[in-house]
Amino acid sequence: MTTMTERKLTTQKAIAEAIRQEMGRDNTVFVMGEDIGVYGGIFGATEGLLDEFGPERVMDTPISETGFIGAAVGAAINGMRPIAELMFIDFFGVCMDQIYNNMAKVHYFSGGNIPVPMVLMTAAGGGYSDAGQHSQTLWGTFAHLPGMKVVVPSNPYDAKGLMVSAIRDDNPVLYIFHKGVLGLGWMTNNPRATGMVPEDPYTVPIGKAAIAREGSDVTVATVGLSVHRALDAADQLEADGISAEVIDLRSLVPLDREAILDSVRKTHRLLVVDEDYRSYGMTGEVITTAVEGAFDALEAPPARIAIPDVPIPYSRVLEQFVLPDAGKIAGAAKTLITA
Amino acid sequence: MEIPRQHLVDMYATMVKIRYFEEQLRQIYFEGKQPVFDIAAGTVPGEMHLAAGQEPVAVGVMPHLAPGDAITATHRPHHVAIAQGMDLKRMAAEIFGKDTGLGHGKGGHMHLFSAEPNFGCSGIIGEGLPVAVGAALAFKKLGKANVALSFFGEGAANQGAFHEALNLAAIWKVPVVFICEDNAYAISVPKQAVTAVADNSDRASAYGMPGVLVPENDPVAVYEVAGEAIARARAGDGPSLIEIKTDRLWGHFEGDMDAYRSDEFKTAMADRDAIAVFGAKLDADGVLTVGEREALDKEMHAEVDEAIGFARSSPDPKPEDALLHVFA
Repeated sequence: MTTMTERKLTTQKAIAEAIRQEMGRDNTVFVMGEDIGVYGGIFGATEGLLDEFGPERVMDTPISETGFIGAAVGAAINGMRPIAELMFIDFFGVCMDQIYNNMAKVHYFSGGNIPVPMVLMTAAGGGYSDAGQHSQTLWGTFAHLPGMKVVVPSNPYDAKGLMVSAIRDDNPVLYIFHKGVLGLGWMTNNPRATGMVPEDPYTVPIGKAAIAREGSDVTVATVGLSVHRALDAADQLEADGISAEVIDLRSLVPLDREAILDSVRKTHRLLVVDEDYRSYGMTGEVITTAVEGAFDALEAPPARIAIPDVPIPYSRVLEQFVLPDAGKIAGAAKTLITA
Repeated sequence: MEIPRQHLVDMYATMVKIRYFEEQLRQIYFEGKQPVFDIAAGTVPGEMHLAAGQEPVAVGVMPHLAPGDAITATHRPHHVAIAQGMDLKRMAAEIFGKDTGLGHGKGGHMHLFSAEPNFGCSGIIGEGLPVAVGAALAFKKLGKANVALSFFGEGAANQGAFHEALNLAAIWKVPVVFICEDNAYAISVPKQAVTAVADNSDRASAYGMPGVLVPENDPVAVYEVAGEAIARARAGDGPSLIEIKTDRLWGHFEGDMDAYRSDEFKTAMADRDAIAVFGAKLDADGVLTVGEREALDKEMHAEVDEAIGFARSSPDPKPEDALLHVFA
């Protein structure tokens, strides 16, 4: 019998629970990566798994991303469902060939004959002065390249459901968690990093956006930690009599274009917020979607807030200057309304 | 080592099949590319890397394979795929870019994939080594008696992926055999100019695994060394590295002027052509008479001709099928 007991969990614990339950359900699921065993993952995504499943299924790897991500591809082709953790998304530079030339292309090259069911999970995002090689989000880079799904949960419920979906998916899924939504004890967190999560496994569909807050005057479309920045901005805007609708895209690939269009047709104004670089990225894609699909509904040119095409700087004042925040979002939304 | 006669005959026949297949491809490749060479034109467009001369590397391994064993190969994959028993019709059709091809024309000659035989290859140097380690890891986890083999060129032994893969294979003690096809040149760059050791097989010691050099381009020598390494892997005793000195008779790709190798070097290779040498040896040893060999040659040629005919007469994919198969 299914019980729908709910408890409060942090996003980090929700991710670990999803992996634990799927490993219990399916013997072909295993995890590998750097410090994912005894340490439990630098961001806790594999907390407790080593004790439960042992080192055969929870494998600490050498610092050898090309090796173990390539091995995950080989294992996925040969009957396993690996989860490989790339500690920081910024580290993709040492192993990108295995990700975009191999993991993402085998199924296509094979004309649909060879699926690659694996999850590549990784931490993204800044705001804690870790400088330019440990603070990027980079999801737009991966979303640009065909052949891998890209999901970015913003809260505990979605984090668990999307991880279950990612593990059960027959495609490679890049599962990106923003460090600021995890609820880690050693990092400033948004208040929604802890939330109600059903104990039983459930799925959140990949490719479906969520309306994080309904509104009627302006659509704020975003992903990851910026969902919370947008929700905070919506609170501020409400005090000024502006009703903002916040769309949590949740998946960049596939992108829920209908959800964007539906919202824009309702609010007639679009602001896209991204903690990724501005040019050639998610903001451009979402705005193009609106312009192509709902041009007549727009009552103002769409606007965007993103990293202004500079590497993420270290100094707190410099970093905060380039990151999105609630104040910038509220300000841009007001400008859109009065445009 | 006593080699069953059938293994010798199979190795010879497969060498003939591979060579004839590539000779046909070589001719067909220039259809529509003369008098002016345009890489995008003709019956078979794109790059074409042929392995003529490297047949011993592939066929020497073949008799030791079991169903389900995984192979990863390189941008020069035909000899290995054919030796593993790839469906020649579907392989030829893929090279022709046809809908009946292994990947419905999505991969082409550098991207041949098949579930049975369990084969994959890649146009990126060194990419397949970690994949083979992963396949071997899966076999170990699933309790299968299969092994994984990774073929790669001597140029790939200078890639990080080579070193990462060997290290992982050793610490995980997985059933994988790394097979270095040393044809002495990374396109135009000679091995000795860019490699810190004379023999890549010596690099095995850095990863605590056996490393064996096969100094001659001889299927029997490969057979013996590969047999031991594969048996070791299958028994759960871990990975091995083999380096085989082989010959790439033709250019890096078709259309390559091959000016970086001396006439002397090329003549020497042609004079020691492994198929002629092996054929003569089988004759001298009383394994195959000249008449039997000729009959076998004919049989192999007919099989290749049929496959090429199938590829030629197969339909192109529908253009809009380019949009299929991004996701499962």
